[in-house]
Amino acid sequence: MPQFRPEFLAKVDEAIAHYPAFKRSASLPLLHLWQEEFGYISNEGIHWIAEKLGLQPIQILELVTFYPMFRQKPFGKYHIKVCRTLSCALGGSSELHERFKKTLRVEGDPHGPIHSPDGKYTLEFVECLASCGTAPVCMINDDFHEKVDSQEKINALLAKCN
Amino acid sequence: MAVEEKRLIFKHIDQPGYTIDIDCYLRNGGYEIAKKALTLKQADIINEVKASGLRGRGGAGFGCGLKWSFIPPTNTKPVYLICNADESEPGTFKDRQIIYKDPHQLLEGMLISCYANRVSLAYIYIRGEFPDGAKILERAIEEAKKHNFLGKNILGSDYSLEIYVHRGAGAYICGEETGLIESLEGKRAYPRIKPPYFPAVLGLYQCPTIVNNVETLCHVKHIMAIGGAEYAKLGTPNNTGTRILCVSGDVNKPGYYEFEVGKITLGELIYDVCAGIRNGNQLKAIIPGGSSAKVLRADETFKIKQKQADGSMIEKSITINDIPMDFDTMAAAGSMAGSGGVIVMDHTRDMVEALANINEFYAHESCGQCTPCREGSLWMKKITTRMTHGGARKEDLGLLKNVADNIAGRTICAFGEACSWPTQSFIAKFPEEFENKTKTETLSEPIRTAA
Ligand SMILES: Cc1cc2nc3c(=O)[nH]c(=O)nc-3n(C[C@H](O)[C@H](O)[C@H](O)COP(=O)(O)O)c2cc1C
Ligand code: SF4
Ligand code: FES
Repeated sequence: MPQFRPEFLAKVDEAIAHYPAFKRSASLPLLHLWQEEFGYISNEGIHWIAEKLGLQPIQILELVTFYPMFRQKPFGKYHIKVCRTLSCALGGSSELHERFKKTLRVEGDPHGPIHSPDGKYTLEFVECLASCGTAPVCMINDDFHEKVDSQEKINALLAKCN
Repeated sequence: MAVEEKRLIFKHIDQPGYTIDIDCYLRNGGYEIAKKALTLKQADIINEVKASGLRGRGGAGFGCGLKWSFIPPTNTKPVYLICNADESEPGTFKDRQIIYKDPHQLLEGMLISCYANRVSLAYIYIRGEFPDGAKILERAIEEAKKHNFLGKNILGSDYSLEIYVHRGAGAYICGEETGLIESLEGKRAYPRIKPPYFPAVLGLYQCPTIVNNVETLCHVKHIMAIGGAEYAKLGTPNNTGTRILCVSGDVNKPGYYEFEVGKITLGELIYDVCAGIRNGNQLKAIIPGGSSAKVLRADETFKIKQKQADGSMIEKSITINDIPMDFDTMAAAGSMAGSGGVIVMDHTRDMVEALANINEFYAHESCGQCTPCREGSLWMKKITTRMTHGGARKEDLGLLKNVADNIAGRTICAFGEACSWPTQSFIAKFPEEFENKTKTETLSEPIRTAA
């Protein structure tokens, strides 16, 4: 078992307390907390969360495989999500994805996450990020970026990743 | 002259100096309307909301007061309220503005709505891709608790309310209200079959549950500010109040704008408000209410029935530019006002490519419970993908239409309609583009690239 920081355990208890009528409701919050803390949802994580909520591990695993934001493998330190959907496509999201690929010198199937060999970046196409008026858009970890329509803007964003 | 915006919900959005903290909100009269509402009888608030004619802003346009009155009067179980902040219909980006720039407005709207429906525990289901939005809301809830607008015995009354923020994790189907409820119960977001699972009767934990969109709940505050009857004077009959329209795609000034419902036409929105089509191009097509809405073609004429001042009905032929942005006319024009997300495409756009993009979205987002939707959405994507990559077969157009025609009406939730309407309408409106793609028979493997 990994070492748990007291802050992590406190957050877990706090999350469970939000669902006085039904502990199982805390499944998604606990998965988010685990992924923020450890980077991905390991087998250990699945068992630990299940036990914490009095569930079977399969009841947690089936969430991990259903919800696109959860992952079972480590991702790059910087997770770049480029919106693929219509308004962003009209605003140049394919170019944006291509530019990231070239700049990061990575190759791969755009239908899935593409990892840089040094583990620093993961590039992924995602569906509409609800900012279609400022297309094309992307997220780098939790930070959101609008109108990323030039190489200069990409360079500026990547310069902040270190 | 351009139609003036009427900003109720967006009054302070993007106003210089306006911040998200509670002090700023209070300086601008915040929570005064909730204070007043908390002195009223619950039934009186529900009656005001009914009188306002407010229709849900999440997509279906269902009467808000009517929905609230579906809670069985004999109910003894707890009643829950869930704010639907999943905002994932492509083309829609209005709830984001409220959450990120004026979170207390949402909390005040929720407080009034929860009090009216005797709710003591409410959740905000926010999409996972709004991590900062979730933090902003959590901070706003803390602030509201400190001021005793939330928590125990609110403002000295015997009414108590807790609101928690619940984050989704990237699945579009969590926006569908029963999928959302399953998700909030810690399960896969598999929509429930209706009947019997109408949320107002059997919702969260099998208890009566009100699910309303972010914008809808904000409107409740403004209804209580001016009264239901006064609110109903805004907009047009049966399409009252204001609503936020989000414009994206090939216009010069995309963005979010708030107008009285039905007081602005599609043409005024695009040419006056959004400064026309970009690069001096011509308008080709508009998806008027989120990506699920049926596409409108620029050179179509629409036959719609209109009520005259004396109550008689007349039939009129109008162009795309003359369609007023309201629920009923948009339905009469063969599409829907939906989520208010208007996606504009110019004459350089390939309609098959646009549909292929949309189909990829739906194939990715089907929850997989119903065979017609799970398999059909995938097949539609496969076919439009090979059409865009020069690998289409002669029979593909017929096949594509056939697949789409066999989804809608045969599924558990409205995603079935949402995913078949684009294909059906794109083919019906732009048949020549699809025919062109299927003229040559080649059986080569389609190249796999995105979008
Ligand atoms: C596939 C699908 C996706 C939906 N997505 C959303 C959404 O992201 N946000 C939303 O408010 N409503 C969404 N809805 C509509 C909800 O099911 C529900 O009607 C709405 O939240 C009710 O709120 P309202 O009455 O205030 O509009 C969706 C519906 C379907 C069928
Ligand atoms: S229609 Fe599609 S999204 Fe809705 S329940 Fe069926 S499979 Fe799931
Ligand atoms: S289409 Fe990219 S944010 Fe909506």
